[in-house]
Amino acid sequence: MAFDLSPETLSYIDKVIPRYPEKRSAIMMILHAIQKEKGYLSLDAQKWVAEKLEIQPIQVREVVTFYPFYREHPIGKRHIRVCRTLSCALNGSYKICDKFKKEFDTELDEISPDGRVTVEFAECLASCGTAPVAMVDDELYENLNDEQVEAICEQIKKETSAADPASADS
Amino acid sequence: MDSVKKNTEIHPDERRIILKNADLPDYDVSIDCYLRNGGYEVMKQAFASRKPEELCQEVMDSEVRGRGGAGFPAGMKWKFLDRKSGKPIYLICNADESEPGTFKDRQIIHKDPHQLIEGMMITAFATGTAKAFIYIREEMPLGAKILEEAIEEARAKNLVGDNILGSDYSCDLIVHRGAAAYICGEETGLIESLEGKRAYPRIKPPYFPAALGLYMCPTIVNNVETLCNVVHIVEMGGKEYAKIGKPGNTGTRIWCLSGHVRNPGYFELENGKFTYGDLIYKFGGGLRDGRSLQALIPGGSSSKVLRAGERFTGKLRSGEEFNWGIEDIPLDFDGPMAAGSMSGSGAVVVIDDSVDIVEVLANINAFYAHESCGQCTPCREGSLWMKKITTRMANGGAREEDADLLASIGDQIAGRTVCAHGEACAWPTQSFVAKFRDKFIEKAKQDPEEAKKRPFRMV
Repeated sequence: MAFDLSPETLSYIDKVIPRYPEKRSAIMMILHAIQKEKGYLSLDAQKWVAEKLEIQPIQVREVVTFYPFYREHPIGKRHIRVCRTLSCALNGSYKICDKFKKEFDTELDEISPDGRVTVEFAECLASCGTAPVAMVDDELYENLNDEQVEAICEQIKKETSAADPASADS
Repeated sequence: MDSVKKNTEIHPDERRIILKNADLPDYDVSIDCYLRNGGYEVMKQAFASRKPEELCQEVMDSEVRGRGGAGFPAGMKWKFLDRKSGKPIYLICNADESEPGTFKDRQIIHKDPHQLIEGMMITAFATGTAKAFIYIREEMPLGAKILEEAIEEARAKNLVGDNILGSDYSCDLIVHRGAAAYICGEETGLIESLEGKRAYPRIKPPYFPAALGLYMCPTIVNNVETLCNVVHIVEMGGKEYAKIGKPGNTGTRIWCLSGHVRNPGYFELENGKFTYGDLIYKFGGGLRDGRSLQALIPGGSSSKVLRAGERFTGKLRSGEEFNWGIEDIPLDFDGPMAAGSMSGSGAVVVIDDSVDIVEVLANINAFYAHESCGQCTPCREGSLWMKKITTRMANGGAREEDADLLASIGDQIAGRTVCAHGEACAWPTQSFVAKFRDKFIEKAKQDPEEAKKRPFRMV
């Protein structure tokens, strides 16, 4: 299967590689760019990266499977990461996470039935002074309470469309 | 322009050097704002009139200790650089801030990025660096964007890149993003990651970064706050800087206070001028209504826990005897060390009596089990066992022998691994079990059905 990337991502990748003294060092930045465009890193994507960097596909997969942020499968349209670690947990992050799950009628690490989100626990997001915190894609939300979670979820529902249940897993 | 919320309530007893401008309401991340506030002046003077070895000497004289966690003198780290190898020298800023409880570098990166760039370029010039990197954690996408834009601004003004400020010195600066792995905060793991591999830490010796670092070349890895300090050390002179704080604990530190306090946040304080009691009660506003202190984590979740009511006695290096409660421990590098723990990354987590201490340890253990890189068996297996045992205990399945079992696992990890993650995962279990043994035993006597209810979960 052919693997295609947008011209923007391709030009970014060609720009990022020569920044490093050795090509292979660019792998994480390339994987970030591809995951941002495609939503996940398929085996075809990994093969493409291997060819680009002149390394073996297994050397790419070793990286993809080591770092928690990289994923080999699609997730919901929005990625919700609730901080699970100590200071957030002391301030009720488990309840906050339950609230997110309930709002989208979903379980941890799964695509919600409406396809809108995937709720995950994250380890320490380095914002312990404003615990509990969560990230929605690149955005950080601090000092969360139930009302704020509701408002965030409301916003997500407004901005995304629910998937057709028949094609929810496509 | 990107901006984050400012914390405009600055306690009058803070001594803000690194965060001097960061929280000013009209201060932004642009280079124009930084220049208006005297930014890059120190770098310009250093490039115009100072020799690299003089700058290294200033940092040595300042006695500044690394702000990332280990507290190793930065000047010494630079001195260890292998300059005879003929290989290029690399500088890496460790912006992987991920020790639970720590959120100080976030403030610098998001509010005053040019200070970090200036500190890095002075450091690069002083050490003869060929190329410099900022390794920033994935969970700070805005921070990475701010830094990349700031570097482009600095490049346009000839402060980064080729023939910097008209000199014959060139050095590029590159932002590199991690991907949510805590182990990348360990400097040799970070280097492997930057080489495009799994972040498996390297064994020392022989792989000291100063000799065999990035691409097996001499490499310096310094924390964000440490590199910012370089600007001020060079500005005021190392000996003058060393007058701030206490001997061996020079300068200020940005302390991160979180957990069960009324007023959590970050406070830049002169080292040794305050105590942990001051931090919790004076700066942090004390505990919540009707609650009392149960435990204190003095320097990130890997540091050994302190139990409320504990007394710490002994002799300081100066020969002075001490007899402290938690509240009396000096807020610096040596204070918590004397009390049998460490100041680590300056992350102080307050735990009151509303939570089950076994559950607190279970939460910490889940973190270290998740973050073990898996390279060394004692850490990979041990961290997981400790997590499983404490999670079972929290869920109503505690047994009387668990305390001994946990202690024995912890004892078999520390000192038997390639990197300090072994200690980082063992110390919480060892210290919680040693200091709260009665609570761990009590847990086993609890009615399992009652224990299962857990209205407040932490794991």
